[in-house]
Amino acid sequence: MSSLPLHHPAGATEWHLPSKRRVGMSALIAGECAIFTIFVVAYVFYIGKSLTGPTPRQVLDIPIVGTICLLSSSLTIWRAERAIEEERIAWFTLWLAATIALAAVFLIKTILEWKELIYHNGLTISTNLFGTTFYSLVGLHASHVVVGLFLLSSTLVCSLFGWVDSRQSERFGVIALYWHFVDAVWIVVFTVVYLIGR
Amino acid sequence: MGDYSFPVSTPIEPSATASEVGTFLERLHGWVVTVDHKRLGILYILYSTFFLLVAGAEALLIRLQLAWPRNHMLSAQVYNRLFTMHGTTMVFLVGMPFLFGFANYIVPLQIGARDMAFPRLNAFSFWLTAFGGFLLYYSFLGGAGLYGMGNAPDVGWFAYAPLTARSFSPGHATDYWALALIVSGFGTLGTAINIVATVISLRCKGMTLMRMPLFTWLLLVVSMLTLVTITPLTAAQFMLLIDRYLGGHFFDTQAGGSSLIWVHFFWIFGHPEVYVLVLPAFAIANEIIPVFCRKAIFGYPAMVAASLAIMFVSLGVWAHHMFTVGMTSVSTAFFTLSTMLVGVPTGIKIFNWIATLWGGRIRFTTPMLFCIAFLFQFLIAGLTGIMLSVSPWDWQLHNSYFVIAHFHYVLVGAVVFCIFAAFYYWYPKATGRLMNETLGKWHFWLFLIGFHITFDTMHVLGLLGMPRSIYTYQPDRGWNLINMVVSIGGAIQGIAVLIFAYNFITSYWRGAIAGDDPWDAWTLEWATSSPPPSYNFEELPEVHSRRPLWDLKHPDDPDWEYEA
Repeated sequence: MSSLPLHHPAGATEWHLPSKRRVGMSALIAGECAIFTIFVVAYVFYIGKSLTGPTPRQVLDIPIVGTICLLSSSLTIWRAERAIEEERIAWFTLWLAATIALAAVFLIKTILEWKELIYHNGLTISTNLFGTTFYSLVGLHASHVVVGLFLLSSTLVCSLFGWVDSRQSERFGVIALYWHFVDAVWIVVFTVVYLIGR
Repeated sequence: MGDYSFPVSTPIEPSATASEVGTFLERLHGWVVTVDHKRLGILYILYSTFFLLVAGAEALLIRLQLAWPRNHMLSAQVYNRLFTMHGTTMVFLVGMPFLFGFANYIVPLQIGARDMAFPRLNAFSFWLTAFGGFLLYYSFLGGAGLYGMGNAPDVGWFAYAPLTARSFSPGHATDYWALALIVSGFGTLGTAINIVATVISLRCKGMTLMRMPLFTWLLLVVSMLTLVTITPLTAAQFMLLIDRYLGGHFFDTQAGGSSLIWVHFFWIFGHPEVYVLVLPAFAIANEIIPVFCRKAIFGYPAMVAASLAIMFVSLGVWAHHMFTVGMTSVSTAFFTLSTMLVGVPTGIKIFNWIATLWGGRIRFTTPMLFCIAFLFQFLIAGLTGIMLSVSPWDWQLHNSYFVIAHFHYVLVGAVVFCIFAAFYYWYPKATGRLMNETLGKWHFWLFLIGFHITFDTMHVLGLLGMPRSIYTYQPDRGWNLINMVVSIGGAIQGIAVLIFAYNFITSYWRGAIAGDDPWDAWTLEWATSSPPPSYNFEELPEVHSRRPLWDLKHPDDPDWEYEA
């Protein structure tokens, strides 16, 4: 009994754990997925159940430009991630600005779409079930774009002041993860609202 | 407890903090701005203890009203508000904050971390939760918009549509309900994210997933479940507010909307929520039962697997709350079978606890007594759950007192009993003093007797056909005697809780000094001083088995020689 091994056989193994920021953001995304699922289910459930017009087919146009802009912003933010990891800060700033510009185009297109719907077609959130579900689902997604835009713009400001270097790459990776999520959700929303529901 | 010393941590001088206490205002300020997981854990627990007393008082008023037939002590409106507030408070302001409070306090200590992953998010989540709770209770003052008397929400804790529509629930009471739960829901989401990140990313060296204490394991499972459980409710409440304020039609049957979809959304949240509440109770039993029968937990991997199985299965059983709404026979059969399936992993857990007790040298201290009562009561609660999962049986007894008795058997008989066990078990760690054992035994026996008088007989009331949510009844129904008995049991429980409250407060000054490890336990929280210093461990520990303190106390026979 006195011949106690001094070191546990596994004692010398390396100890690596995942980044807490990435885990935290992934957990948030899991929760957000549940929120979007409920709104998507409500939208799908109420397709074609409106008692009055206007119907989606009458008023909705497929937002091709906005969709292309939003989806390609995933590509530009991925380039920005690469750039910050490799300490190419000028390129990082450039790719980040491109991401913000693309997201802004998406938002402006959405605003114009809504303006058209409200003033021209007379579709508001209280008009019929389509209006209720459409504005809440697309609006929920758009509010996530706004949050992402705020995160990206504040990073851009920091970057323009020269406060960003590769030490922040992990933090920026978390913002990028959120942004990829916002883009992925748009694929679902786009499919449900503009392809299936129309 | 022997004269070994813990190399893991050198306790700080207890008098060091005493000399730095500061004035009352300074101390109060310290508590308000704190980001320390232990202080936030204590704040969570004090907050939910306060609301436990409030919601308990509401329950006693309900029982007082129902003790006699044709009683008009409370009006029907006040009665509706009371059961709504009782249910909402107990689930959102008592159950979840209690469990997150214990998680906050214990999890970082058990995994050998200095704090939670995001301490400021932790503080933010607590204050959101607290704000939500007080917002809900502010409805008593502001529910009708400050002109007339205020009124609390009266739509039931499930707030079925279309009762919540503007035309049927004017005023702001329902909005207080929805907004308060949205706010505290965001707090809950923040804490769940925090616990997941803490457990995954902050474990001390050597603590692999299969060496984590089961308490931590189950809180990880609960937090993952919470992420996808509380969020559907938040989404549905946003829809409710859109309906009420922006003229939306989600639940408006006049415009083609469906009130049934609210019921689905609510129970997609509501049923997993039961497991969010009961899994931490399992977690507490997993810690206490082995320590007080002096054996390692039986079937550790099976316990982990069963918890994960419960998490997944619980997401697919919600419509067993809805057998009476008229579903297709396929969905009815599906939800009957999936509900019965939950019984399998739960049964595995019960067998494992019994196998842990088997042949152990059981010490019948107060926490252990509460856990043993939990075992029996949870078994009965599970069995009535299986009965209710059989849809023809449920058609007969839906919304009767049988259902009320069933879920109170789970929420009181399992969850509250385990929460009391956790109080007696971890109180010495948080305060440095033991709670009084004699008063603890009084509390246990009175609460046990009161619990069984109330909830055993309540099953009979349900079988006799008494529906829930009625404020009074006719004397010729044959419910008079049993209702009186149920109310007397409630009063006994009330007395027991007052004894607990007295014990809880006075032990802080008069309790016996506990020392670091009063129970001779095996997990890392007992390796540091009581109460732990703000940095928890002077140097971060390294573990080699599931019971690191056993290894320290028994270097000739360490656990890791036997664990694969």
